[in-house]
Amino acid sequence: MNSLLLQLIQDTLVLLIAPLLLGWVNQCRAWLQNRSGAGVLQPYRNLIKLFHKDAVLANNASPLFRATPYILFASMWLAASLVPVIATDLPLSQAVDVIALVGIFALARVFISLAAMDVGTSFGTMGARREMLVGFLAEPALLMVFFTAATISHSTSLVTIVETLAHKQFVIYPSLAFAGIAFVMVLLAENARIPVDNPATHLELTMIHEAMILEYSARHLALIEWASALKLLAYFTIGCALFMPWGIAEVGNLAALPVALLALFIKLMLGGAGLALLETVTAKMRIFRVPEFMGTAFLLAVLGMLIHFLLGS
Amino acid sequence: MTIFSTLLPIDTALGVVVCWLLLGLTGLLLQNTALITRYIFPAGALAALLLAAAALNNLGGDSNVAVLALGLPDLPFHLRLDALSAFFLLLLGAASVGISLYSAGYFRDMKGGALGLLCFEYHIFLASMALVFMADDAYLFMVAWETMALSSYFLVTTDHHVAQARRAGFLYLLIAHVGAIAILLSFGVMQGGQGDYTFASMRDAQLNAFWASVTFLLALFGFGAKAGILPLHAWLPEAHPAAPSPISAMMSGIMLKTAIYGILRVSFDLLDAPQWWWGALALTLGLLTALYGVLFAAVQTDMKRLLAYSSIENIGVILTGIGLAIIFHSFQKEALAALALTAALYHSFNHAFMKGLLFLGTGSVLHATGERNLGRLGGLIHRMPKLALLVLVGTLALAGLPPLNGFVSEWLLLQAFLLSPGLPHSYLNMLIPIAAAALALAAALAGYVMVKFYGVIFLGQPRGSDVVGQKPFDEVHDVGIWERIGLTWLALGCILLGVFPVFFILLIDFVSQMLVGHTLGVSAAQTGWLWLTPIQPERASYSPLILFVIIIAGVLFTLYGVKKFYHARLRRSPAWDCGYPEQTARMQDTAEGFGQPIRQIFQLFFGITREVPGPFDKKPHYHGETSDRLWEWCYLPIARLTDKISALTGKLQHGRIHAYLLYSFVTLLALLAFVR
Repeated sequence: MNSLLLQLIQDTLVLLIAPLLLGWVNQCRAWLQNRSGAGVLQPYRNLIKLFHKDAVLANNASPLFRATPYILFASMWLAASLVPVIATDLPLSQAVDVIALVGIFALARVFISLAAMDVGTSFGTMGARREMLVGFLAEPALLMVFFTAATISHSTSLVTIVETLAHKQFVIYPSLAFAGIAFVMVLLAENARIPVDNPATHLELTMIHEAMILEYSARHLALIEWASALKLLAYFTIGCALFMPWGIAEVGNLAALPVALLALFIKLMLGGAGLALLETVTAKMRIFRVPEFMGTAFLLAVLGMLIHFLLGS
Repeated sequence: MTIFSTLLPIDTALGVVVCWLLLGLTGLLLQNTALITRYIFPAGALAALLLAAAALNNLGGDSNVAVLALGLPDLPFHLRLDALSAFFLLLLGAASVGISLYSAGYFRDMKGGALGLLCFEYHIFLASMALVFMADDAYLFMVAWETMALSSYFLVTTDHHVAQARRAGFLYLLIAHVGAIAILLSFGVMQGGQGDYTFASMRDAQLNAFWASVTFLLALFGFGAKAGILPLHAWLPEAHPAAPSPISAMMSGIMLKTAIYGILRVSFDLLDAPQWWWGALALTLGLLTALYGVLFAAVQTDMKRLLAYSSIENIGVILTGIGLAIIFHSFQKEALAALALTAALYHSFNHAFMKGLLFLGTGSVLHATGERNLGRLGGLIHRMPKLALLVLVGTLALAGLPPLNGFVSEWLLLQAFLLSPGLPHSYLNMLIPIAAAALALAAALAGYVMVKFYGVIFLGQPRGSDVVGQKPFDEVHDVGIWERIGLTWLALGCILLGVFPVFFILLIDFVSQMLVGHTLGVSAAQTGWLWLTPIQPERASYSPLILFVIIIAGVLFTLYGVKKFYHARLRRSPAWDCGYPEQTARMQDTAEGFGQPIRQIFQLFFGITREVPGPFDKKPHYHGETSDRLWEWCYLPIARLTDKISALTGKLQHGRIHAYLLYSFVTLLALLAFVR
């Protein structure tokens, strides 16, 4: 019963704090750019505003176009609520291991790309093509990052991975170091951050994610924005789970929950600030360079896995 | 009742074969389109269902044998139905039910005479595949194998008045026969000089390591030619587009699996002790094939060629699983061998359903629009919504997305890779992670290909403004009832295989028990049918049903929440035109445009020829072609060599009778001298 309750708590928690994380990243960025910023609560205001608007749909939008925001939202919500963030006692984590988690991300990617092609504008198809271009290298890279952690802990279950890694003494695994760099690169690409994509512009030469969702408005757009926030949160929590799992409440240890919650907030704040810093000091790269960037991430991840297989560490 | 209780499953299976032959003959005699489509094809589907039931019934049972006194004197046909045969017969039966039902609707516009012939070849093709799976001696196997090759050749060249189809058919026949020779030689080596060509004696024959390896290599080459393993894949992208779509579905979904069956039969059943390097070879070849196939699929502009290349990819994935199973088997890690084998078998079954579904879907598109070129399609979801939904299932399944079936086999295969550390061989330990990475890359690229396939055909706007293919957009109609039943059967298969994998794995267990002496099912059944746990629950578990239900529940909850707390007001308007005065349908990506990034990144693999218009062209024209480099590197040199040799031998022939008499005389003398 406890575990079900924990699962419900986590489901609600990720749903509510996802926009907050986005707001925090944006706020940090504003500070780093010497602006005062809109405050950490701005994403919530945006969502409320969008939900209240009337939806405008292109004349030839098909049912697939209308269904996609819901599918996207549901799958990203599922992804974010699977990752052990405050406690490892999650029943859903047993149903979906890391490979299936990557599969869920792929499902969301395929649906949003299809929806982008649905209206049949040049922007949409261009966005879909670029998204799949980023995705086909990011997906195996993420899988390889997971595999490195999975071979260390002899399991593809996220719960077991986190429990194993949290119990190990603080040693730096060379394989995990490579995996960590690759993971950050994948995180940047998959969440449409600089240097791969720019979440703040509508410039046709640079955009990927924004090009795909150009035709969406109102509640559909709100769901997509929320799903993006959930995806960012999911990636952050995956990063916490793989590379800094300390402080998480383990099975049967409810007393540790407040500490775990505090640890999570600290980790997310640090991570968000780090992301904002990274985005501020790098420049957006040309779209033709993106495959090289993603290829580097993939190779680093494979290298991490190879090192583990060869050195056993 | 007593008749049924004494009837062995093999008798039922043989009955189905006879039934198919009779149906084919009836079709040939009837030559009446209405009768053939309305009765013969559905009856064939019924027979296929019976075959599937018989195979399912026998999967867990004892193997039963039969000897038919057909064949040559003193050389009867031996048949055997064991777990491996039963599994592939189940595949044949289950997938061809859908394809036959679909054919009942698809061929309704064909002329009676041509249809009668096609119906005959179609059912011969089905029957010969069933016999390939049941054969228990090399003689019957080769007879059935050749019948299969020939009947499918005639099916490929159904449109024989098109030069391209004839050319494709010739290439197919050529490669099939080069392969058949290799298989024949492989059997010849395997029987170990006893002169007895039954499989039973091949199992008993003691081959030393060298001859066993020769047998394996010959078999891999021979069956590889049928499966389309690199570099013998060249016929696939030619033959599949040339054949009518149900035939493509049958060839890609089922016939390629006869080669998989052959590789499994030879390497696990007939040869007893596999060596690790066989597995490494199969693994490497499989991965190369998978990557090669998917890269080429990404740049195709013809929808059936795209699917053909995707078939090459999937065969590569299956071969990877087999290679891994051989490696584990040779190191006596039977539990892991069972896991890899299960993944390969599962993927074979999945592929029959997904690819069958998609090929049939392209058939309907072709039927409705008269167009195979992706560049002239688009927007069909509006005119063919039912087809679009069914094809979407196949698309998502082939892209390897949860909770559909393609993901299950991919998951199992990746688990097999992950559990492999600790092989007593450092070279293999290095190969395995790289292989896992390559497999993950191929799987991700498959997603790219599938988005292109579905997006360009069904989404967007028709690329020729109001014309799609050769028909006005408004005159395109959705699929008919027979087609829909066939497609639904296959789509349901994709969903059920994806959501309830444990039931199916319990069936595969009989096969892995037979081949490697170990199963997965014990551990799967312990934790309940809901959970897929290949080794232990702590190591890995996956529950597609829960995933499926949660996503559906999430969608419904969100929908309800949005409607409840806000509103559902909706307004239609033209798509945003970015301030430009005119937006036309031709501004969408074409198939070529969508594949452009892949072409650019992997330039090395493609032979690219392009004509780009100059700045002052009055009628600017763009033409681009992506060709297969292996064609010029591998096939053309061999063709040239053959030409040269035949030119040399041609010199012996000059049409003068006394010269020929002289040849005979010299040969006779030489023989006499030799025999003396």
